[in-house]
Parts: sequence; C-alpha cells; structure tokens
Amino acid sequence: MADGTAHAGTDAFVEFERVQKSYDGETLVVKDLNLAMPKGEFLTMLGPSGSGKTTCLMMLAGFETATHGEIRLDGAPINNIPPHKRGIGMVFQNYALFPHMSVAENLAFPLEVRQLGKSDREAKIKRALDMVQMGDFGGRRPAQLSGGQQQRVALARALVFEPELVLMDEPLGALDKQLRESLQFEITNLAHELGITTVYVTHDQTEALTMSDRVAVFDDGRIQQLAPPDELYESPQNSFVAQFIGENNTLEGVVQELKDGIAIVRLDDGGLIDAVPVNVAEVGERTLVSIRPERVEHKRERLSPDAHTLKAEVLEFIYMGDQFRTRLRVAGRDDFIVKSRNAQGQDRLRPGETVEIGWLPEDARALDA
Amino acid sequence: MSDAVAGPDQFTGATPDNALRNAERADGPMLAADGRPLKASLARSLRRSKLRALLLIAPLLLFILLTFIAPIADMLFRSVENQIVSETLPRTVIALDKWDGETVPGEPVFLALVGDLNIAVERKAHTRLGSRLNYETTGISSLFRKTGRGVDEIGETAMEQVIGVNALWEEPATWVALMADPDWIEAQAEWAAEETERAEPRFRLNGAVEEALPLSADLYRAFARTIQVEDEDSPTEEEPWPVIYRALVQDLAALGPLPEELAASGVPIASLEEAAGGFLMEDVSAAFLDIDEDWADPEVWGTIEAFSDPYTAGYFLGAIDRQLTPQGIERQPENQRVYGTLFLRTLWMSLLITGSCILLGYPIAWLLANLPVRTANLLMILVLLPFWTSLLVRTSAWKVLLQQQGVINDILVWSGILNDANRLVMINNATGTVIAMTHILLPFMILPLYSVMKTIDPSYLRAAKSLGATNGTAFWRVYFPLSVPGIGAGSILVFILAIGYYITPELVGGTKGVFISNRIAYHISTSLNWGLAAALGSILLALVLLLYWLYDRIVGIDNVKLGG
Repeated sequence: MADGTAHAGTDAFVEFERVQKSYDGETLVVKDLNLAMPKGEFLTMLGPSGSGKTTCLMMLAGFETATHGEIRLDGAPINNIPPHKRGIGMVFQNYALFPHMSVAENLAFPLEVRQLGKSDREAKIKRALDMVQMGDFGGRRPAQLSGGQQQRVALARALVFEPELVLMDEPLGALDKQLRESLQFEITNLAHELGITTVYVTHDQTEALTMSDRVAVFDDGRIQQLAPPDELYESPQNSFVAQFIGENNTLEGVVQELKDGIAIVRLDDGGLIDAVPVNVAEVGERTLVSIRPERVEHKRERLSPDAHTLKAEVLEFIYMGDQFRTRLRVAGRDDFIVKSRNAQGQDRLRPGETVEIGWLPEDARALDA
Repeated sequence: MSDAVAGPDQFTGATPDNALRNAERADGPMLAADGRPLKASLARSLRRSKLRALLLIAPLLLFILLTFIAPIADMLFRSVENQIVSETLPRTVIALDKWDGETVPGEPVFLALVGDLNIAVERKAHTRLGSRLNYETTGISSLFRKTGRGVDEIGETAMEQVIGVNALWEEPATWVALMADPDWIEAQAEWAAEETERAEPRFRLNGAVEEALPLSADLYRAFARTIQVEDEDSPTEEEPWPVIYRALVQDLAALGPLPEELAASGVPIASLEEAAGGFLMEDVSAAFLDIDEDWADPEVWGTIEAFSDPYTAGYFLGAIDRQLTPQGIERQPENQRVYGTLFLRTLWMSLLITGSCILLGYPIAWLLANLPVRTANLLMILVLLPFWTSLLVRTSAWKVLLQQQGVINDILVWSGILNDANRLVMINNATGTVIAMTHILLPFMILPLYSVMKTIDPSYLRAAKSLGATNGTAFWRVYFPLSVPGIGAGSILVFILAIGYYITPELVGGTKGVFISNRIAYHISTSLNWGLAAALGSILLALVLLLYWLYDRIVGIDNVKLGG
C-alpha cells in the first residue's frame, strides 16, 4: 500500500495516475503521484508545507495543470476541463466569501450561474444554511460574522450546489483550537451524511487522524504512506511517517539478528533492543528504530523475561495532569520521552534516578535509516 | 461633625469609595476618585496630549490657512465685492436714487458727479472705476478717461463771476475763513508755526456752514482732505476747484436770509449773495455732454446705478452668461454667451477623459496587481515615468505626434491608409486635449486602482470559478465589484484634476478644446477682470463640491479606497 495504488480500478471516483507537476521546468513539486479514491471517502492529504499536497488539490480543482499524467473524475479524464465545468465544491483557507454579497447571495451565486429558478434557489439556500446551523444569518455580510461562522457559510456555499466531490484547503487553519475541534466533527458528520467524497488538505496531524477515512502523508512530492489513521499511527511504513505522525522516539543502530519476525538491533553504544523489521531486509543493515513514548515500559515485571532492556537516566519529569512525561537519556541521546498515564500506583520518576526500560518487540519498528 | 467616626462608611468627602458610591446613587455625572466629574478629569488628563498634537500640526495648519483657505476665501469675496462704485462716486450714487432709470438724469446728479469726479481725478481713481464699469458696458472706460481730463474746467464760468464780484474769492484764505471750523484754523496756525514733520491737522468743516451751504461745504471738505492726503498740501494755500464756486453759487441761490454766523465770518459773502441772483448759471449737464455725448446715454447711467451697491451678483451673472441691466437680469446677447458652453464642455471633456482613463488604466492596473513582484515593479516604473518628465515636455511631444504634418499623420499617409489631402486634425481641438490629458492623468487612475486590486485576494476568483462561474462571470460578478472602490478613487482624482486643468488645454486645445480654467486665467492675467475670474472659479468650486456630493449619494464616499 505504500505507493497508494491499492484502490486503482474501475470503482475509483477520483484517480491520479502518474501525475507530475513542475512550476519552473527544473524541479518537480509533485513526483509520480498515484492515488485512487472510492466514492464517499474522506481522504486527507497531510504533509509539511512544500510537500506538494496543496498543488495536488489545485490540480484536482483545475487551478493548476498537471505537467504529466492523468487525473480522472468518475472515470473521465478532467485534465482539459476548466474549473467551472468540473462541478467540484471547494472550501478555502481564508473562506473566500465574496465580501460585497450577503451570506444568502454568496450561496445563491453557484445556483445562479447554474440558472436555477428563484424558488429552487431559495429552498436550497435555506437547506444548506440550516445544515451548518446558520439559518438566521442569510442577510448578513461576511464581515459581520465571526471566523467560525464564516467557515460554516463557506462550507454551505461549497455544498449548496450538491457537488459529489468537495475539496477543502486547510479550512480550519485560521480558527482557534476549540472551534477547530467542533468544526472538525461537524465537517466529517456532514460529509458522511451527505455521502460526499472529500479531499481535505491540512498540515495538522491531529485533524488528519480524527477526521479521515484514509490519510495520505505527503513529503518531497510523493505520498509516503496512504492508510487509515490507526494504521498510520501504529504501523508507519518509513521513518518520515513515523516521525511526522505523533510523537516518536528513535534509536539508531545496525541489525544484528533477524529471526521469527523479530529483529535484534545493536545500538551504536552497544545496547541491544528488539523490534519488528519493517524496512530492513538483512543483517548488517543500518536502521532507525521507532518507539511511541506511551509504549515504553520501565517496570521490569511487565516485560517478557527474555526481552532486551536498556539503562536510562531520568533527566526531567513533567507533570501534565492526565499523564506524566519523563525525559530520559538512552543510548547517548537525551531526548527519549516516556509517557505514562496518571493512574493509581503509577511511579513518578525523579531526575537523577536510573531505570531500566524496555518494550514489547511489536511496539518497536525497525525502519529505514 | 460631632459624631464619632465608626467605620469607613462614615467618612464623608472625597474618597474613592465615596465617589463610586455617589456615582451609583446619583443620576448625576460619574465622578472621579477625587470627587470631580469624571469627564472633567479625563479632559484635563488629555489636554497635554491634545496640545502636543496641535503643536505638531500647527505649521501645516498655518501653511494651509495662509495658502489655501485664505486665498479661497478671498476669491469668494472678490466674486461679489463691488465697493469701487460707491466709494468713488458716493454723491452720484445717492443722487441717482431718485432717477427714473430711463431719461438722462437731472442737474443735481451731474452736479454730484462733477464733485465726485474731481476728487477721483485727484486720487487717480476714475480710470480704475472706468475699467471696472467697462466690464459691464463697453465704452465706459474711455468715457471716464476723457471726462477726467475736462472735468476740472466745469464751473469755471461760476468761478469767474464770483471772482468778478470780489477778487478776495480767489484767495484760499477767504475760503478757509468761510468753511473751516474755528478750532481747526487755530490748530492749523499752531501747526504752521511749529514747522514739524507732523502732518497738518485733518480739515474740519464749520457746522453752521455745512447747514447753510450743503453742496459747496461738502465739496470743499472733500477738496480740503484730498489736498491734504493726495498732495500733502494745505487747503490754506490751494485755490478751490471751479466746481466749488459753482456749488457755492447754487447754494446761495437756494439760501434764504444769510445766517448770522456767515455774515459775521468776515468773508464778503453778503455781497456775493446779492450778486448771485443775477449770475449766469452754467448748465453742468451740458458741460458733460460737451466733453462726451455718451453722458446722455441712459445705459451708462443704468450701469452706474446697477453697480452702485457695495456687493453685486453681477460677476456671477456674467459667469452664467447673464447681465445686470437697469431693467433687471437679462441673458447676454447670443454672440457673447461663452461661459455656459465652456462649463458644459469642461464637464463633458473631463468625463470623457475620466472614462478613457478607466478604460486604459483598468487592464494595466490588473496586470500590475497580478504579475510577479519583479515584473510588476518594472511595469510600475513605466507607469510612473511620466511623473518624472516635465508636463510641458510631454504636452509638446503630443504636439509633435498629433499635428497635421506630425508623426502619426505621416505614417498613416505613408502606409496609404490616409490620402495626403485628408490628414487628420488631431490637435488644437477637443481631440488633442482629450488625448494629451488622458495620457497625463492616467497614472492618477492606475495607482489607486492598483492599490485596491492588490488587496483583492486571488482566491475570490478561484472560489467563483469553483462554484461554476465562467471567467467572464467571475470577473463581472466578483472581481469588478470589489475593484469599484479603486475606480471611484481614481475617477474622483482624475475628474477633479481634469476639471481644473489649464496648461494642456492651453497648449493643445486650440479654441475648441479649451477649458473654463483657461478663461479664468485669461481674466486674471489679461483682461484683469478678477471679479469675473473669481466668480467663474467659485462656480467651478461649487460644481466640484456638488459632484462630490452626488458621488457620495450614489456610490458612497466610504466606497473610495486609495489603498489597503
């Protein structure tokens, strides 16, 4: 699944096939993109800025042309169809509500250019505004609305002409955290209720994980991994994904032994650890082992008797209310984090203390170095 | 206060708590902690910063007051000011009150006029008055000039007869003794003895004489003061004007028994009164007609009467092709109506220039706002380039390009599009003015448009297209309305600059392409009719303000943006 072509086939609603994009003729912003989305899916393009995710969205919307490759919508190539004929709804980061029109006029715009009758228009506008709980705001100007309200209107405007595909370009980026969370929820609900196919671009991984059916992690113009959120978090396919999604501890070393689906890795300072081999094929290869902070155990009795452990020195203990966060020095690195739940009987480690840490072999993943 | 203080609530007077409590309790003004009204406290604390702000703007404020507000106020005043007639011909103006307005006025009017003119000639004011009235009725200027040369001879017959009765009447001293206030004679004698640098005491008239001999006394006083002021001479040494003799004879003829004061003055007036009955009375009006028969023209008198008020609507009437006649307000004869046409042409051509600036400037501004910064900056320099070139050079360049033997015509003829005989006339007419002024004012349209378009987020257009609008619809329904404030700002700038433009129409406008401002300049520098120039300027100002108001009503001035 690493190349994202898993769903390629006739049932795909949106398809990118070997798409490339270059702005200057020298460097590729998007390199060999292959992607297939079934109808009704909520797919998020996640990645750092400059990774090519927004360019992909703009190519899909028709505002950028692909330098190479084909983009298909519902089976038909759309490379040469102008944006206004694609019938794709779009929500912009800055809302892009027309400031000289009222909310209702903004919503009427796509219906008017489609030459719908007045009563039809009014019914649809009312339905769309009610859908985002903005029914009473039809007469207002966008400038009279708060950021969250504007984004709701922008959403309603993108949905009012009942497109089958909706693109959202970091729509919640300008909102504060609380509002963002409630809107995340509303957007996913709406998308699923209406059965719309959604492509959502964000650089916020929490947003990506909580909202999506599948997440495509972009870096360097390629999809690094395309997977459902849980799979992405728990089984990253390479070290970029592992580090980009969630918090992650990495230890560097060489594969010493491969047996029974377990890799024993000798760290650079001599310590031995167990890991699942993901991106390593043979003994002697260099690898980055990634372990999630909440999967690290410092109580010997919770580990299997033959598990490899490492000595660690406690550098810092941070009390965070629902959890503890402990920074350790492990194998010469002093950024090793352990998270533990603030539960009954949980130890509070003191700085200066030396502990032994370990983990279940399946929680450590030996990835590419 | 005999009660013991039991707690904080018992404190009276100014405490913060009490102030707050008072404020809550009373409907009166909110009080500050020290019990003063909060408003006063606030004003006091803001006074310093207000004063500093005032000091900071003071130089500019003064500059604007002196160089902008004051000239405009002066212009507005000049357009109605008309004191010259009533100041130069005060007696005539009063005498004309009883005139019927149709026939030649009677003898009293002419008598008043000869007095006024004698004074005016002495002050050299009659030529100025002549040119002023000449604006209204041509020919008055030369009439006044000519009359000024002969007016000092009117009354000589009377003078000869008076002197014939008694040669003492030739002596200035006789006149002083008759006319002057005894106190003044004393003061004058003292002054003469002193030989100081001080000016002679101002002449004062004997009250009794003024009553008995009103005409001659009034004239003599005017004579004496004019001599004192204009010639820095003394009435004791100057022989009076002939007209005063004439007035004296008239006064004596009208006088009953000689009052005692006059009889006792030691002047041979009694004998003169006796003799006066047999004098040959000179006809003043005939003397005027002798000098110039235009004095028989009621129009001349009508003009004087019509403009005798210190303030007049005459200039404004002139500016709208009307004139003030003795019969009331009338339209100018057809061949003299120019200003209405000029105002309309100025308005129409300014609108045309504004329109062509919008048409030419809009695409450029759009390009500037949407190109990459580096290219846009280069283009911006090209837009600003005209600002760095002299206006005269640019206008002259248009002359080179547009004239009949000029570059454009030559190319058209050379390429066979035009016949040599049919070369286009593109300069020294309205076309030339519109072309050259559009070029010159274009940056004033592009810059505000650009700064407004720069703020229109490209995502609006994208949003419109994603919602199904074609490029055209997206432009007209989304981009264009958002750029209207820029169009508004640019149009106001260009229109107001154009409506008052002077140099370019002057150079390339010929006769058919000049603006009202060229006419104003003509009246300021050539015809010297400043009043009319001021009236035209005031109308122009009012017109601009009116259009501004209309614009505000229709488009709304909040919709004007010069940037961000």
